Amino acid sequence: MNDIVLRAEGVGKRFGGFTALSGVDLEVRAGERLGLIGPNGSGKSTFTNCLAGAFASHDGAFTFQGQKLAGLKPHERARRGLARTFQLPRPFRGLTVIENIRVPLAYAGREAATEARAMECLEAVELAGKAHRMPKELTQVELRRLELARATALRPELLIADEAMAGLSHTEVDQILALLFRLNAGGTTIIMIEHVMRAVTEFSQRLAVLVAGRKVADGEPRAVLALPEVEEAYLGR
Amino acid sequence: MDPGLALLLNGVVSGLLLGGLYAAAAAGLSVSFGMLDVVNIAHPAFMVLGALLVALLWSATGLDPLLLSLLLAPAFWALGAAIYVAYHHFFERRGDEAIQGLAFFFGVMFLIEVGLVLAVGPEQHFADAAYAGTTWRLGEIDLPLRMLVPAAVALAAIGALALFLRRTFTGRAIAAVAQDREALRLLAIDPVRIKRLAFGISIAMAALAGGALVVVQPVDAWSGHVFIGRVFAIVIMGGLASLGGCVLAALAFGVVENVTATFYGPSWSPAVAFGCLLLVLAIRPQGLFGRAA
Amino acid sequence: MSGAALRAVPLAAPRRLGHAGFWLAAAVAALLLILALRGLGSEYAYFAATFVLQYVVLATAWNILGGYAGYVNFGAAAFFAAGAYTTVAIGKALGLGLLPCIGFAAVVGGALGLGTGVLTLRLRGAYFAIATLCLAVVLQTLVVNWSYVGGSRGAYVLRPREVPLGFDSYSGLLCAVAVVLAALAVAIARTIEKSRLGLGLAALRDDEAAAEAAGVPTLRLKLVATTISGAMMAVAGAPLPYLGSYVEPNSAFGLAYAVNAIAMPLIGGTASWAGPLIGAVLLASLQQAATVTISSAANLLIVGGVLVVFVCIAPHGIIGLFRGRR
Repeated sequence: MNDIVLRAEGVGKRFGGFTALSGVDLEVRAGERLGLIGPNGSGKSTFTNCLAGAFASHDGAFTFQGQKLAGLKPHERARRGLARTFQLPRPFRGLTVIENIRVPLAYAGREAATEARAMECLEAVELAGKAHRMPKELTQVELRRLELARATALRPELLIADEAMAGLSHTEVDQILALLFRLNAGGTTIIMIEHVMRAVTEFSQRLAVLVAGRKVADGEPRAVLALPEVEEAYLGR
Repeated sequence: MDPGLALLLNGVVSGLLLGGLYAAAAAGLSVSFGMLDVVNIAHPAFMVLGALLVALLWSATGLDPLLLSLLLAPAFWALGAAIYVAYHHFFERRGDEAIQGLAFFFGVMFLIEVGLVLAVGPEQHFADAAYAGTTWRLGEIDLPLRMLVPAAVALAAIGALALFLRRTFTGRAIAAVAQDREALRLLAIDPVRIKRLAFGISIAMAALAGGALVVVQPVDAWSGHVFIGRVFAIVIMGGLASLGGCVLAALAFGVVENVTATFYGPSWSPAVAFGCLLLVLAIRPQGLFGRAA
Repeated sequence: MSGAALRAVPLAAPRRLGHAGFWLAAAVAALLLILALRGLGSEYAYFAATFVLQYVVLATAWNILGGYAGYVNFGAAAFFAAGAYTTVAIGKALGLGLLPCIGFAAVVGGALGLGTGVLTLRLRGAYFAIATLCLAVVLQTLVVNWSYVGGSRGAYVLRPREVPLGFDSYSGLLCAVAVVLAALAVAIARTIEKSRLGLGLAALRDDEAAAEAAGVPTLRLKLVATTISGAMMAVAGAPLPYLGSYVEPNSAFGLAYAVNAIAMPLIGGTASWAGPLIGAVLLASLQQAATVTISSAANLLIVGGVLVVFVCIAPHGIIGLFRGRR
């Protein structure tokens, strides 16, 4: 059995009177490919934001590589090897493509923010040819790849890919999938949050399902998808 | 009655009346900043523009200042609509509103103020309403009509605006534009047209507030400055898009400021404005009367 | 400054010029400018150059927070006046001359900037802008009520009778000080822009949450930027009392400083150190020329008009027009 990279215990979050997430337990093993699914508004993004540190407070606790994350700001979590992408690509629009990559390299401090290392990251996502373009000159799928390159420039332990494939064509989904498989083969644990079911089932070794802020299932993908409560959550709406 | 108590009561009552004026000044901003997300820092400058125009018209015609400001309102509506068209064309459409849009309104504020200095001079102007010298007395409490009438007119105008926003189709579209542009498109309503209309209304409210202001106190070209902190503090305290919250915050603000001035001297009131704003922003960014996000 | 500094622009255009090279170029430009002005030797040339140069410092300082980090500070006049009044207060209390006062002004401005940052930078951009507007009103109220520095009547500052360092007049010395400060400001801005700090500020300007996720400590960077920007704006104001021998709140807190500090970088272009420099030289020269011919109110009307027109038709400033990168 592999080491546990991430352990979430009783994670919950309320907005005013609305409970977005409640009592979620989750364990992720090193090198694992985990799919996190659920209908819209089921708490996937809230979970991501709690984990990445975007919300100042929430219930429960995260343990990442044996250390509690409580009280750490998002940038401190990023430096510890916890990376995320955003649902809609959020490049730094005033910076060139390669400068976008130099930002995490310059601030993480683990390795030199050299031009060569930044180029290497871009080559990994096949964007080296557009290194000196501005983000607005990129296509949707190129922006997704830039987002992934920026998130993984620091060689994170764990990557949360938040709907990295929404709105992409069939072949484009395949490109991003191949990219994620490559990253995973290089040792990065990946949590994929996705609505494109084909991609999730192809990618995930394990599926966790959130419905209305609670985890209703967690296990082998085919078995999970066959569960009546999962089917109900997806088809009942 | 105990003189200290009478002083306090008078402080509270005239604070409430002052709050009525502040509500007038802030209501338009609650529409533009709160509902439309247009950071119009020139709003107090538009109010001062209205006040000085009313003062000029008053000295020419002798009509009631508040009536004059009501007559000015349509012209201000058109001015506001035109400014929104420019703002939308140059900034909102391009997604440049953060810095350039702020600088634009800063420049507009500047143009209005300096333009007023050049046009009517740097000195104070005033307009006396017929009732300005009358004061009603309720026991120990003074109710100067110079304060009471503008406050009442302002609150009536805000009430009418609130009814319009709640009861009419267009009004509800304005309230909705803050929340969901796409939904409006689905209803075949052009959000830009709605925002233009609403921004015009916010500037028309500034004209009314100007009429109220010039009845209450003499006005010069720079009078808007002390209002910038106040109106933004009030709108933010009121929960941005809520007219009711805006009025409550304005009344509370007037009372706090007036009582402070009564007991500690008027030089402290800007510090109160600033302190309130910072406190609200630090503790409850969604405003005192706003709902949690 | 204009001629010499503008000549330095093509030098910087190939991005290879290192920090040391740029500082050297700035020092040489400053020296040449001082020599050129001494060659002219007229009191008016000294005054006009000092007027333009104080705006170079102010605009460059404003741009470190406003342009690089995207936080609009409407309270530039408050920082500028804080510098001017530091000179008055320290000069009166400790009997010190201009140069040590400039150091004190930097400390006061930096502290003020840090304080403003701590209080307001957790807020979104527009709220920060509004808070800085209020700050200017509050600071002015304090100074008006502070009789030690003259209150609303203002304070007189006597120029020393002996002019050090072999300058022919005190105006000449003031002008040389302004040249040095301007060169320093531009060099600091350029160093920040091309460093890790500049990259981080640019990232948070575009998207704070994404910058955090990329490992950028945004809050700390913003505090660094408000502190440096505040310190430099106060430094810009420190020589003001000596310039006119008299300072009063209405002029030191004058709107002219607030509007120029914003207009100059926006007109020149906020993304680069050259933008505020170009904007300040153009706009301040224009105002200096206009003051001679027309009234000062009309003068300000011009600045406001130019600002509005520029943000509308050239949102990335003069530099943006030429570069056309976006």
